[in-house]
Amino acid sequence: MAIEIPENVVVSKLDSLASWCRKNSLWPMPFATACCGIELMATGASKHDIARFGAEVFRFSPRQCDLMIVAGRVVMKMLPVLQRIWQQMNEPKWCISMGACASTGGVFDTYSVVQGIDRFIPVDLYLPGCPPRPEQLIQGIIDLQDKIQREGTLSGAEFRIESRQQPKRALVELPGLPQIDSARNPVVWSSEIKSS
Amino acid sequence: MLKPETATIDALKAFVSAVKISDFREQVRAVVPANQIYDVLQFLNHERGFDLLVDITCVDYLRYRDATDRFGLIYILTNTVTNEQLIVRTFLNEPDLIVPSVTPLWEGANWLEREVWDMFGIRFEGHPDHRRILLPEEFAAFPLRKDYPLQGRGERHNFPVITRDNA
Repeated sequence: MAIEIPENVVVSKLDSLASWCRKNSLWPMPFATACCGIELMATGASKHDIARFGAEVFRFSPRQCDLMIVAGRVVMKMLPVLQRIWQQMNEPKWCISMGACASTGGVFDTYSVVQGIDRFIPVDLYLPGCPPRPEQLIQGIIDLQDKIQREGTLSGAEFRIESRQQPKRALVELPGLPQIDSARNPVVWSSEIKSS
Repeated sequence: MLKPETATIDALKAFVSAVKISDFREQVRAVVPANQIYDVLQFLNHERGFDLLVDITCVDYLRYRDATDRFGLIYILTNTVTNEQLIVRTFLNEPDLIVPSVTPLWEGANWLEREVWDMFGIRFEGHPDHRRILLPEEFAAFPLRKDYPLQGRGERHNFPVITRDNA
């Protein structure tokens, strides 16, 4: 016995429907620290028009955002700020590491630049480029939308799987340097040297 | 910018006999002993009208060819009336990395001296706000010294890891 379904009724899974809503209204948190930020602004402007993908609502309050775009190098003085902003964002949330510097430190292999934000916060998508063109960022957002649609659930269960709990990269230091614990290491950070 | 007038150079030589004047590509520099640096700068400010302190910077000559002293502290001065420019240098060695602050002469020396302290660890006696300016206050090294490794001692990797679990 077939049930008559009216023309204007669609049958779907609730997870799929939630993901469809989420992926089409990503609210980016622009964490723009360098030239990638300029490309990010260009992506938001009328020529490339990120609004075509439902992600035009840039908010400067992390509490209103669900997509962090880290655009530019992050130095060690900025990383605690980045982590705090990430923690203030509401679930479900995603992170795009935009450009070579945010992903790996880029050419800035120096004492102050964090060699990839994925060592310290979760990253869902990496964008190569120095800086990436707006088309690349748009492609990244499309790919992230596909990812959200593919694995998204209403309960956010996809974030609780084992592989998403681990940092993407181990804290591998250069040979000859002391192994650094992720907690603040008193050998490196001391309050003894202070101004007179 | 112009080279300093002969009268300025002569007055400087008369004021401090140990001064060494040299010249490179139209830039004149005067090397003075560290214990007289404040007097020389005060003289140039008060008597010779060097009213603008362009920059204070420093060079670490560790392992530098033919170098006899560790740090070269550099003051770049300008007289905005006559357009003279003069570079005053002094050499410092450990453990006496301290010079008097020139903030009484030029208010703008405040942040410049803080930066030299931050990067090279040279103290400025009498500075009104002797703190690091760029690096975190708890940073334990002076990164522009030549014996500090380029990639640091692990400070850049010394943070807690935030996972999806504890975010």
